[in-house]
Amino acid sequence: MYTLRQEPSLYTVKAVLILDNDGDRLYAKYYDDTYPTVKEQKAFEKNIFNKTHRTDSEIALLEGLTVVYKSNIDLFFYVIGSSHENELMLMAVLNCLFDSLSQMLRKNVERRALLENMEGLFLAVDEIVDGGVILESDPQQVVHRVALRGDDVPLTEQTVTQVLQSAKEQIKWSLLR
Amino acid sequence: RPRVASDPVAFSHLGSGSNPFQHLEKSAVLQEARIFNETPINPRRCLHILTKIIYLLNQGEHFGTTEATEAFFAMTRLFQSNDQTLRRMCYLTIKEMANISEDVIIVTSSSSYVFPMLSPQTTMLQAIERYMKQAIVDKVPSVSSSALVSSLHMVKMSYDVVKRWVNEAQEAASSDNVMVQYHALGLLYHLRKNDRLAVTKMLNKFTKSGLKSPFAYCMLIRIASKLLDETEGGHDSPLFDFIESCLRNKNEMVVYEAASAIVHMPNCTARELAPAVSVLQLFCSSPKAALRYAAVRTLNKVAMKHPSAVTACNLDLENLITDSNRSIATLAITTLLKTGSESSVDRLMKQISSFVSEISDEFKVVVVQAISALCQKYPRKHSVMMNFLSNMLRDDVNESVCLWLGGFDYKRAIVDCIISIIEENPESKETGLAHLCEFTRTATRPFAQVRKKGTAQNFKSAVSALAKFGAQNDDLLPSVLVLMQRCMMDSDDEVRDRATFYMNVLQQKQKALNAAYIFNGLSVSIPGLEKSLHQYTLEPLEKPFDMKTVPLATTPISEQKTDIAPVATSKLPERLAPSRQDIYQEQLAAVPEFHGLGPLFKSSEPVQLTEAETEYVVRCIKHTFARHMVFQFDCTNTLNDQLLQKVLVQMEPSESYEVIHYIPAATLPYSQPGSSYTLVRLPDDDPTAVSCTFSCTMKYLVKDCDPNTGEPDDDGYDDEYVLEDLEVTVADHIQKVLKPNFAAAWEEVGDEFEKEETFALASVRTLDEAVGNIISFLGMQPCERSDKVPENKNSHVLFLAGVFRGGHDVLVRARLALADGVTMQVTVRSGEETVVDVILASVG
Repeated sequence: MYTLRQEPSLYTVKAVLILDNDGDRLYAKYYDDTYPTVKEQKAFEKNIFNKTHRTDSEIALLEGLTVVYKSNIDLFFYVIGSSHENELMLMAVLNCLFDSLSQMLRKNVERRALLENMEGLFLAVDEIVDGGVILESDPQQVVHRVALRGDDVPLTEQTVTQVLQSAKEQIKWSLLR
Repeated sequence: RPRVASDPVAFSHLGSGSNPFQHLEKSAVLQEARIFNETPINPRRCLHILTKIIYLLNQGEHFGTTEATEAFFAMTRLFQSNDQTLRRMCYLTIKEMANISEDVIIVTSSSSYVFPMLSPQTTMLQAIERYMKQAIVDKVPSVSSSALVSSLHMVKMSYDVVKRWVNEAQEAASSDNVMVQYHALGLLYHLRKNDRLAVTKMLNKFTKSGLKSPFAYCMLIRIASKLLDETEGGHDSPLFDFIESCLRNKNEMVVYEAASAIVHMPNCTARELAPAVSVLQLFCSSPKAALRYAAVRTLNKVAMKHPSAVTACNLDLENLITDSNRSIATLAITTLLKTGSESSVDRLMKQISSFVSEISDEFKVVVVQAISALCQKYPRKHSVMMNFLSNMLRDDVNESVCLWLGGFDYKRAIVDCIISIIEENPESKETGLAHLCEFTRTATRPFAQVRKKGTAQNFKSAVSALAKFGAQNDDLLPSVLVLMQRCMMDSDDEVRDRATFYMNVLQQKQKALNAAYIFNGLSVSIPGLEKSLHQYTLEPLEKPFDMKTVPLATTPISEQKTDIAPVATSKLPERLAPSRQDIYQEQLAAVPEFHGLGPLFKSSEPVQLTEAETEYVVRCIKHTFARHMVFQFDCTNTLNDQLLQKVLVQMEPSESYEVIHYIPAATLPYSQPGSSYTLVRLPDDDPTAVSCTFSCTMKYLVKDCDPNTGEPDDDGYDDEYVLEDLEVTVADHIQKVLKPNFAAAWEEVGDEFEKEETFALASVRTLDEAVGNIISFLGMQPCERSDKVPENKNSHVLFLAGVFRGGHDVLVRARLALADGVTMQVTVRSGEETVVDVILASVG
C-alpha cells in the first residue's frame, strides 16, 4: 500500500525495446539485471507483446513493472520502468524516442525504414538514455546530435592521439590478461 | 495503428520486407571486420559492419574474448577517421562489447564530444581525472551531461575519486540547460546522500534558485520527501511547502510527482491531502492515458487510508469505468468500491465482471483484495461477492493450462477471500464450501501439471482449510470427509499425509483433539521434537512419549487472520534454520555438569549487568530448565593492559534458590568475550516462589600485561567487580505460545483448577498501559489480537497463553475496566494447580 520511500536516483529507465509485428525483437537495451539472461528477456518481450499489441492503451502494469508503449504501422516501442516510477517520465522518454526517429526516418516510422537506418537508431537511443539515466528529452536535440553528417572537424589535437595510444595499450593489457 | 495482414499495402511491405540482418552470421561479420585495418579507412563500409555487430550483440549473440580482442584492436584505428558518425559508432560498439572484457577504459575528446568512461579501475580513473573535471564544466551541454552521467556511473566504483569533482558538479548545476541541471543535481545528491546536513543545504539552495528543469524538480521532490520521512519532520516545514508548491508547477510531470509524494507521506491529514487529490481529480479527465492511469492509481492508494478524501472524485472515477484501457477501468472500479456506498456495490461488481477476464493477473489480485475489504465492510453483500469470486475461479479453469499456471497466486487470493467471507458470515458457509469443493474438484484435472511446477503448496493449504471447516461444522463434516478420502489417494506425499492425518483426527469427532491438532497445532521446536523422538526410540520407556518434554518453538508465530496454512505440518525440518534456543541447547549440552538437567525450557533475552563504557562489560542470559536455572554471563574485558583468568560471577539469592555450581571462564584477554556459568537449583519447598533477586559480583584473577604485546605478568592478584542485581521473574518460567483459537484451548484445558481474583491496578491510568504491563510482566502471548485495545473503550478482555516450566499449558483471561483507575479480574486455567497459584501470586 504505502510503498517504502524509493531512494531518489537518476536511474529511472529499466529498458527500451522495439518489437516488430510478430513480437520479435528488433532492438532491446536493458539497463539493469531485472531480466539477466537473454532467455528471460525474450520471454518478457513475448509476454508484454501479447498483452499490448491488440490494444492501443499506452500504459500497463505487467510482471510488476510499468510499461509505456506506442505502436506505428508495424513497430512497437516500449519503455520499461519500476512500478514506483513517475509514469510521465517514462512517457517523456518514449515520446522523445519516437519523435526523434520520426524525424530521422522522415516520418516513415516503420520496420523497413528502421532496418535501413539501424545506426541512427543505435545512436539516437544512446543520446536519450545512458545506463538507465535519462540524458535528453528533446527530440530536436537528439536529432541534431545524431545527424548523419559526413566529414567533420578532424582530430588534430596531440593530447587526443596520446590518449588514444595509451588507451590502446590499456586494452591490449587487459584483454590479454 | 498496426495494419492488418489482409491490407494489401502492408502485405507488400511484409512480402519483400525481409530483415537485412536476419541471416547474419557472427563469424562472417567478424571476418568482414578485417577491413578496419585497411588504409584508407572506408567509412561507409566500416559503419555498416559496426551496425551489424551491434545488431548481433543486441539479439543476444555471444562473442568470445578472443573474437572480441581482434575486433577491439581493429576498431581503435577507426577513431582516427574524420567521419564523426563512424567514430561515434565505433565508440558505441566498444561500449556494447565492454561487458565481454573487464577493465577497459577509453576516453577521447573531439571539439564537440566527450565519450564517457567504460568500467574503469580506480587507478585509471585518476589518470583521466583532469579530462573529467574539464568536461563537467564544459559550456557545451551535451559534453557536460555526458561527463556528469559518466561520473555517476563511476561512483559505484570509486566514490572517493568522484567526490573530488563535487565543485565542478556544483558549477554545472548553475547551467541554463535543463538536462545539465538534472544531471548535476543527481550527481551531487548521490555524492552527498549520507550527509543529511549537506543534502538539506543543497535542497534549500536549489528550491530557492528556481531551476527550470522539470526532471530536476522531480528529483528535488523525491529528495525532499525522503528528508521529511527521515527526520519525521512535521508537515509545517519548508520542505513540505516546497512539495506543495510544486502542485502548481506548469509541467504535468512535476505536478504529478508532487501529488504522488504527498499521498505517500505517512500521517497525512485530510487537509494536507486535499490539494493533491484535486490535482489528481483533474488528471482523471486528461486525454493522455498515462496521466489518467497515474492519477487513478494514486487515488486508489489514497482510498485505502482516507476513503472520504476521495469521495469528491467519485463522478470522475465513474467516467473512467468505461475507459478503453482496462487497467484504468479496474483501478477506477476498485477505488469506487472503497469509497462508494453499499447500494453501488451490485452495479460496480456487474461492470467489472464484464471485463475481468481481459485484465492482467496483477490487476486480478487488486480486484480480489478490494472485494475482500468490501466483504468486511458490507457483510450483507457476501452472496454477490461469492458469486463473483467463484465465477473468476471457474472462468480460468476452462482456459489453457499455461494461463492457469501463471495465475495460481491470485487463485490463492480468491480462496483466502472466500474463506474469510465464510468466517465472517456463518450463513454463507454452505455456498462458500460448495464453491471451494468445486474448486478443489476441478483443480485435480490440471493438477498434475500444476504440481510439476511446484505450486502444489496452495492445494495443500486448501486441504488444511477444508479440515478446519470439517472440525468447526458438524453438518459439513460428512462432505469434508468424502473430499479428504479423495486427497488420501493423491500422488503427492505431503497431500496424502495431510489428508490421512486430518481424516484420523476428524473421525474421532472430539473437540479437544480438533483443538489441539487442527486449530492450534503444534508449537514445539521442530529440531527439538526430532531430538526428543530420536532419544525416545533409543531408550523406550514404559510410559508413552510425552510431548511436554519437547522444548517449545521460541519464535511466536505471528497471527494472520487469513492465513490458512496449519502450523503442524507447515515446516519441514530440513528447511528450518536452528533457532536461538536450539543453539543454546547445543552449547549447554556440551558442558558435562549440565547433563542431568533435562531439556532446555526457555532462554531469556540478554540482560545488561553493567553500564555502558565500563571496564568490564557483562550481560546475562537466563536459561530455564525443569528444576534448575543456568545463568550464562557473557563477559568482555575492555582493558588492554589486563588479562583476566578464572572468571566467575558469584550470586547471592534473596529467596530460597540454591547456587550449586560455578563454571568459570578460563581466560578473558582484551576484547575477546567469554562465558561463565552459574548453576542454580529452583526452590522445592515453595513452588510459587518463582521470583528472586540475585546480587552479583564478578570474581577473577587479574594479571597486568603489556598493552602492545598482550604478554601477561607471571603473577596476578585476586579482584572483584560488583555488577547490577539480576532479577528472575515469573516471565522467566513461562514460554509464549500462540493459540489461534483461544476459546477452543480454554475448553480443552478445562476448569478443574480454575481460579479467579480481582485486582486494583495502582498507578495505571489507561487500559493500553495496563494491557502492556500485564503482557510484559507475565511474558505470555496475547491471542485473538487482544493486545490491541480499541479506542474510546472503558473495558477490555485480554487473552494470554503460555506454557509453564514443566510443560503445563496455562491460559489467562483478564477482564479490565476503566473507571477511576483500572480494575482487573484475572481468571487462570491450567492442568496444574500450582501453576495457577503461581500466576495469581505473581500478579498480586
